[in-house]
Amino acid sequence: MDLVDRLLAGDRRAAAKLVTAMEDGGLSAREAIAALYPHTGRAHIVGVTGSPGTGKSTLVYELAKEFRGRGKTVGIIAVDPTSPFSGGALLGDRIRMQKLSTDAGIFIRSMASRGQLGGLARATGDAIKVLDAFGRDLIMVETVGAGQSEVEIASAAHTVIVVDAPGLGDDIQAIKAGLFEIADILVVNKADRDGADKTYLTLQMMLEMDEPGGARDWRPPLLKTIALQGEGATVLADAVEEHLAHLRESGHLATRTRRLAEEELRRIVGQELLDRLFGQVNGDRWHSLAGKVAERQLDPYTAADTLVDSFFHGLTAEETGKGCRS
Amino acid sequence: MPEKKIRVLIAKPGLDGHDRGAKVVARILRDAGMEVIYTGLRQTPEMVVAAALQEDVDVIGLSILSGAHMTLIPKVAELAKEKDLGEVLFLVGGIIPDDDAVALREMGIDGIFGPGASSEEIASFITENVKKG
Ligand SMILES: Nc1nc2c(ncn2[C@@H]2O[C@H](COP(=O)(O)OP(=O)(O)OP(=O)(O)O)[C@@H](O)[C@H]2O)c(=O)[nH]1
Ligand SMILES: [Mg+2]
Repeated sequence: MDLVDRLLAGDRRAAAKLVTAMEDGGLSAREAIAALYPHTGRAHIVGVTGSPGTGKSTLVYELAKEFRGRGKTVGIIAVDPTSPFSGGALLGDRIRMQKLSTDAGIFIRSMASRGQLGGLARATGDAIKVLDAFGRDLIMVETVGAGQSEVEIASAAHTVIVVDAPGLGDDIQAIKAGLFEIADILVVNKADRDGADKTYLTLQMMLEMDEPGGARDWRPPLLKTIALQGEGATVLADAVEEHLAHLRESGHLATRTRRLAEEELRRIVGQELLDRLFGQVNGDRWHSLAGKVAERQLDPYTAADTLVDSFFHGLTAEETGKGCRS
Repeated sequence: MPEKKIRVLIAKPGLDGHDRGAKVVARILRDAGMEVIYTGLRQTPEMVVAAALQEDVDVIGLSILSGAHMTLIPKVAELAKEKDLGEVLFLVGGIIPDDDAVALREMGIDGIFGPGASSEEIASFITENVKKG
């Protein structure tokens, strides 16, 4: 039986192998996606992001336990950064979740960012598809500890939880602006710590300023949790379910799904064009153009146009040729 | 472009609460370009094998100090076989008497490293012996 059939039959090892195939890329990954894609689109995808050390992994663990208690199966993808120096990575999110490792209704996968900058790995989207086809009801994606530009999770998840915590050094900045904007649910974790009230108030103020006449029809709830003691997990899980219900009732789920599909398609088309173009460009031609740009004989835009134009001309010629023959 | 990486699970089975050695090895392997999943302390054999399966690792490294190696390691090895993780490279770090080392190798442990093993030694053993392509 091939891997995708085994995945659809509920084989955990096949799920693990397929995620690896997605990470390694190539033809077999594409074929697998083509086969499993019709079985995706069922899972509720929840992103968990926030600055490093705010308690994301601990919170994901508590949420996963809570949702298991509600009869849901859970997939977890936890992304940590790849070291730019060695290309290696130390993936530590799993430490906080290991107790759930042996539960058949849980599947946890650690993923290295492999140079990707948006807080996710290149293969995270495809790994989500694997776990979706595997039949997980809920898929949680923990991003790399994020700053304000690590917002790619907003184009991968239905519901984004942004986690903040007191005592992260800088006093005034609660959450970074970019993160605040993508939050569907805001959490102040480590509510047992000094300063939690202040963090909470700051976020509350940001929320109030953000609401000029209720332009948004979903007001992100602001919750306090103590993940380390499991406190607040029930309320947070409720909020996650309420957000999904809101997406469904308002029709936003369809729009969001559509938007995600467009963004993904655009990204893949861009990558594909790039790969094909560079696969076709003659090395000598490339070096000669680059040389001219370096020596100021040609500006970079004109040089790029020359390359891209000749790529598309080549395509048209080829197609006309085919047309003639048939 | 996507590329293949060696994935390693480092686990510390048993009850003693000390994992400095395991963490040092984890960092060394990261610096050698590998993706290292660290699971933390007090892992049961079931937890180790479940994690290795989900993470689809090429290498399992167990760090053992407690002297319980002759019960814990065989259990992990046995469970791994049961779950069809046969091709995973299996390493043990810790103080293991020679007689036990012989027995462990017979059970399918591929490499045993004492406290004196150098970082280069461990990293290159992995790159040279990883079984998967
Ligand atoms: N006091 C307190 N500590 C907590 C709480 N939640 C998590 N921690 C601790 O905060 C530290 C970081 O927790 P993680 O869950 O690993 O945080 P994270 O956001 O996943 O970290 P990265 O993935 O490294 O960005 C750990 O030592 C946790 O035990 C909490 O509610 N209160
Ligand atoms: Mg984490």
